[in-house]
Amino acid sequence: MSDNNQMVEKYRNNFLKEVEANVEEGDWVKMCMQCGVCAGSCPMGPYWEHTPQELFMMIRAGKREEVLTSESMWMCTSCYNCISRCPRELPITHIMHGLAHYAKRLGIAPKQQATMRFSQKFWDNLMVSGRVNELKLGIALYFLDGFAQGVKNALAASGLGLGMYKAKRLNPMEILGGHSIKDKSGLKAMIKKAQEIEEARISGNNK
Amino acid sequence: MADELLMGAYVCKGCGIGDRLDCGQLEQTATRDGKAKFAKSHDFLCSAEGVAMIQADIDSGETNHVIIGACSRRAKVEAFNFQNVTVSRANLREGVIWVRPDNDEANETTQEMADDYMRMACAESKFQKLPAGSSEQSLNKTILVVGGGISGMTAAIEAADAGYPAVIVEKAGELGGVMGQLHRRVATTSPYAEPEDTTVADLIAKIEAASNISVHLNSTVTKTAGAPGRFDVDISTESGATSNVSIGAIVQASGMKQFDANKLTEFAYDKSDNVITQLELEALAKEANGGPIKRKDGKEVSSVVFVQCAGQRSDKEGYLPYCSGFCCTASIKQAMYFKDANPDVDTVIMYDDLRTPGAGGEDFYRAGQKKGVIFTKSSVSTIDASGNDLTVNFKDMILNEETSMPADLVVLATGQEPNSGPNPYALDEAKKAAEDAGEEVPSEVEITVDSILNLDYRQGTDLPHLKHGFTDSHFICFPYETRRTGIYSAGPVRRPMDSLQSTIDATGAAMKAIQEVENAAVGAAAHPRSGDLSFPQFRIEGCTQCKRCTVECPFGAINEDEKGFPSFNESRCRRCGTCMGACPVRVISFENYSVDTVGQQIKNVDIPDEFDEKPRILVLACENDAYPALDMAAQNRLEYSAFTRVVPVRCLGSVNTIWLTDALNSGYDGIILMGCQKGDDYQCHFVKGSEIAHMRMSKIADTLETLNLEKERVATYEVAITDVTRTTELINDMAKTIEEIGMSPFKF
Repeated sequence: MSDNNQMVEKYRNNFLKEVEANVEEGDWVKMCMQCGVCAGSCPMGPYWEHTPQELFMMIRAGKREEVLTSESMWMCTSCYNCISRCPRELPITHIMHGLAHYAKRLGIAPKQQATMRFSQKFWDNLMVSGRVNELKLGIALYFLDGFAQGVKNALAASGLGLGMYKAKRLNPMEILGGHSIKDKSGLKAMIKKAQEIEEARISGNNK
Repeated sequence: MADELLMGAYVCKGCGIGDRLDCGQLEQTATRDGKAKFAKSHDFLCSAEGVAMIQADIDSGETNHVIIGACSRRAKVEAFNFQNVTVSRANLREGVIWVRPDNDEANETTQEMADDYMRMACAESKFQKLPAGSSEQSLNKTILVVGGGISGMTAAIEAADAGYPAVIVEKAGELGGVMGQLHRRVATTSPYAEPEDTTVADLIAKIEAASNISVHLNSTVTKTAGAPGRFDVDISTESGATSNVSIGAIVQASGMKQFDANKLTEFAYDKSDNVITQLELEALAKEANGGPIKRKDGKEVSSVVFVQCAGQRSDKEGYLPYCSGFCCTASIKQAMYFKDANPDVDTVIMYDDLRTPGAGGEDFYRAGQKKGVIFTKSSVSTIDASGNDLTVNFKDMILNEETSMPADLVVLATGQEPNSGPNPYALDEAKKAAEDAGEEVPSEVEITVDSILNLDYRQGTDLPHLKHGFTDSHFICFPYETRRTGIYSAGPVRRPMDSLQSTIDATGAAMKAIQEVENAAVGAAAHPRSGDLSFPQFRIEGCTQCKRCTVECPFGAINEDEKGFPSFNESRCRRCGTCMGACPVRVISFENYSVDTVGQQIKNVDIPDEFDEKPRILVLACENDAYPALDMAAQNRLEYSAFTRVVPVRCLGSVNTIWLTDALNSGYDGIILMGCQKGDDYQCHFVKGSEIAHMRMSKIADTLETLNLEKERVATYEVAITDVTRTTELINDMAKTIEEIGMSPFKF
């Protein structure tokens, strides 16, 4: 059984409980009093399908599929307006990231979601040397949608690249691997441990 | 006090009065025109030295009618509080120099204004007597509490603790009322997170232990006669045995009843046993006593939906238009019953606006959320009860969709209705409503409830209603006060409220009852004229038995004797003077406030002849709101016409039309009456005074017509204490109107 089906089976109709158990800061969702200040404060508000207020209500109403496959929480830019304004002091930004992460973990986040794809590229890039290789990250982004589009993107941005090179903000030699942090294996061990802890928590939830 | 009238006038030169006015001339006005025995000036009259000067004159018998020309009668009240003499105040500061510009052009009219106020104060003083007090006085400390619920029990305990014996009359066979039917109550103490004990058992134990509280169970009040300090009350048991008690003051705490859920057919209350009211759930919770709550058919409830505002806050015919104010927190508490017994029970509260009044309301809401109670902003349309389990159909207001939810049990928050007796003014109000709507005027109204107090008053058996059956109260200034002096309503019979508010309310009412007992003992008025020893007196020879005073008295103070003459119950009286204003033959007066004390002020104003171009505007201002508003205008140095002469009146209801007729006859060019807001959201301190005055004044047009005067010359306004700028505008508008229509032809 896939992760997702397991969860559906386990929590049946009680999506709120599922969120509380699995989503980072998810136990705050029940405390929302539906005032709508988060929705009104969000600079991205007009571009989301569902505002945080609506997402919280949908969670309580058990709209599991709609919430987890939504692009809305991926739109959060972490400006923290909602957190600083929420009268009930909900960590809304963190809940948004928590929901996005949970959806991705279950494999039901929208496949072409740009923020998600970028985040994955960023993570993969980071894990190579413990430091973000900006040149490689940039190139990877240009070629996200295929080779032809990548060439077009690169040509369009060539002026910017040249400028950065002249200003010594970009080193073409980074393409060969670039510099890394001192203790790469130490970082890997830390990440591994963190992932182990998380895995244990998830499997604990799934018991 | 000597019977001889010894008027002594004092003029203060402080606060700039001496710089702006010719005080020597004011002294002369007082002695020459006002007929004061002597007049003195002082640089600073309210100083210890100035006050001592007046006191010395009083002590040496020089004066027994003191006239003070200084600031407003609302200022320096303590300094000018002299015992055993009458005090009249000429308002030279707020009434004259502060509302007039300081320039050569204005000085002449400013001085005329001050001279007139001195004359008026002298005239008032001349016709004022020192109130001798009522002969009705008696101290009866016993307080009757009608109703043995949480409000009634609290009121009785509070009174008894303060040393005032209490008598509780309860219709049911045991104390407790609605509160006694509850399993637990909403949190009342920090951190406001858990339902608490109802405290009913503690209160009953306390009452049983108290030596000065007596309880009449299965009993009702079958007669209440008399007045504060000497209420004569019959208490009858179901079996008919009657006992008679003498009572000082009464607290009516007759409580609430649930709105009849049978009217809620859309929620299938009449079809399913599993749709219940909040009180019915309390019974189930009591039965479960902390264990899992079972519904009537024995099934353990695993999902429950609370429908808020069921039959409330609705404009539908027969539904309650108001918010009962207690049901949101009650539903949260009840959802906690389920969650505390088993956290897996689904509890959903469907609300439109969640209202959690009280200091701990928001914390209690949060506590409910923490326990996992789900709150859904929604509007429930119907409940489908075709099967054993229910389906709640509702619109989710956040997600904007019609949807439904299954539930084992549905609890309706139906709200509360007051247990008040029949409204004594029901017929009058129905008639007026029908008249306003242009419908056929009814000749009688149906009475559906039993009387609670059985008052032996001419004005009906029970406390008047304000709105939706709640007993009357001056909710802005004197919330416990009803329109029957010495009878205080407390708890949900007064306005919708929860149990914590009821205990606070009951405590307040008990304190007011104690105050009234003490007032009655010395013959003093309750507020707003607290301490006033005068009371209405009438010349029986002149009375035409027209009954206007008995009908119009807002407080039911006046009965009629067998011959139809008014019979006053002094301690029921609030000294508003509405009877005095009503009397067409002017036989009713107070010792310190009469047709003459005001009428002579009006007559003693100097009226220059028509060609002087100096009109006169008479302002009769309510002393509670309009007069302070004028004082505040003066403090803000807002100017108004120098031709204005303001006379404070106790209430606009005390204005007798003879004053207006006399004023118009003697050449006043315009008259402004300023009273308080009337109607359902009245601010009148005497509840009906302003309304009655407006009604009387609507008929003044006829008088004006017979005098051949323009109807614009008399204007009546509702003025709030905050209408500071507006008061001056109203005066200046009248001045402008007079300029347009010309001077009164009645100047001699």
